[in-house]
Amino acid sequence: MREKNRGLALFTFFIFLFLLGPLLIISVTSFEPGTVLKFPPQGFSLRWYENIFEVEMFMETFKTSMIVSLAGNLLALVLGIPAAYALSRFQFKGKSLLNGVFISPVLIPGIVMGFAMLKYVIIAYQLPIYAGLLVGHTVLMLPFIIRVIASSLSNFDFAIEEASLSLGAGRLETFFKVVLPNIRSGIIAAVLIAFLESFNNVDISVFMTGPGVSTLPIQMLTYVENYFDPTIAAISVLLMIITAIFMLVIERLMGLSYFTKR
Amino acid sequence: MKKTGLYLLLLPGLLFLTLFMVIPIAMTILSTFFQEGSFTLEGYLHFLTDPYFLKILWTTLQVSLVTTIACILLGFPAAYYISKLGPRKKGVLLALAIFPLLTSSVVRSFSWMIILGKKGLLNSSLLSLGLIEKPLEILYTPSAMMIGLIHLFLPLIIITLVGVMENIDPDLLKAAGSLGASKFTAFRQVIVPLSVPGLIIGSILVFVGSLTAYTTPALLGGKQRVISTFLYQNAITLNDWHMASVIATIMIVITFIVIGLMNKLATKLNPKG
Repeated sequence: MREKNRGLALFTFFIFLFLLGPLLIISVTSFEPGTVLKFPPQGFSLRWYENIFEVEMFMETFKTSMIVSLAGNLLALVLGIPAAYALSRFQFKGKSLLNGVFISPVLIPGIVMGFAMLKYVIIAYQLPIYAGLLVGHTVLMLPFIIRVIASSLSNFDFAIEEASLSLGAGRLETFFKVVLPNIRSGIIAAVLIAFLESFNNVDISVFMTGPGVSTLPIQMLTYVENYFDPTIAAISVLLMIITAIFMLVIERLMGLSYFTKR
Repeated sequence: MKKTGLYLLLLPGLLFLTLFMVIPIAMTILSTFFQEGSFTLEGYLHFLTDPYFLKILWTTLQVSLVTTIACILLGFPAAYYISKLGPRKKGVLLALAIFPLLTSSVVRSFSWMIILGKKGLLNSSLLSLGLIEKPLEILYTPSAMMIGLIHLFLPLIIITLVGVMENIDPDLLKAAGSLGASKFTAFRQVIVPLSVPGLIIGSILVFVGSLTAYTTPALLGGKQRVISTFLYQNAITLNDWHMASVIATIMIVITFIVIGLMNKLATKLNPKG
């Protein structure tokens, strides 16, 4: 067994080299002191990290991205928690259809969704671009919020809820004092997963840019098309650090099985 | 009371999705059949007869197919290896596979611009080793797109397969062995068929994902259009919203055909019957 697995182990090592090598290379090049990205870098400097904070568009779009992802997350929670609760607590006609509707945003190609939203949410409904971004990201996050919270609810013993109800607590009171605290870690994990989905989104945001409004990933795309200095590498490193922290927290909260289950 | 309560819980989300997703998508599809108020199939006829458009569609399908096959071939053995590890090592490798998946696609595609560029890492290493005489033109070609897409989607198929392979009873392999099957035969006769459901789900995710990916082709594909960048070009650069809607509809139709076909295949091939 050992003998035979050595080849497979080597193969797997190369697979991970392929997956992680480019991310490592991007990290190393971010310390390049010169104006052109090079590998290996010709020295060590943090000037491109400083440059992020000096380019106003990066700071502006970072702020927009944060606001859109956080506010959209909140909106998706307000819409998604009741829906996830209804879908996992009760049996009713048309349940699987409704389940499908709530998950459907992940089935529609992102670029199609972005275009359709530009056409109707921005042009036909005449919402401002900022509101369009918020609405688009809420739709994007809703399936993730519902899926993670529903799976968290499926581990919740509803007998506890019954007990609270039979002891005289109201439905709403029971929900906030008994159900919600029990699925707290699921909700936090849902928020983090949805946040990453939204914060990294390109497909919808690329249609929702206007005078002074854009998100960080779109700004990065535009920048890459015009410049090839290490600024983007430096931003990439910061984004990867945030991603790694989020992933560790998600792992602590509910393990990594969410990602392996389909 | 109970019914009303139920509707109250579901209604806000449902209304929101209807208003901001269902109606925009449905209207986009509907709009492709009308031009200046009268029914027409002009847009589709144009798309399906113009060799330039067909070539874009063809390239997209080709790139997606190659990406999917490469992801299966590279991902299957790696997933098998990971699924056999102890919980600690397995956890670490899974985390290392999930990390790139959660990382921005802009970052991941950009990393390949550093590697594949004319003065990139690959060319400078090959040149200094004397293996090539002038830099290879990889960046801004379909090959670069494929490399970027494989990098993007390989983790997805690995973690999906690990999820399925973990649940295969190890006793089945032992049983196959004690019945005289060699390790390879046991792998082929036990692991492969039992992994088919995961393989199909993984393939759908990769194929549909590559078919509709925007960032990677936009950054690595250069002038070479795929269907998603073509949609964007028609909508934003050319301002031809009718054609953009036609492309959007074609993308939805292809996505649902692929998902439908694969699901059918999944029920047919499911060893549990």
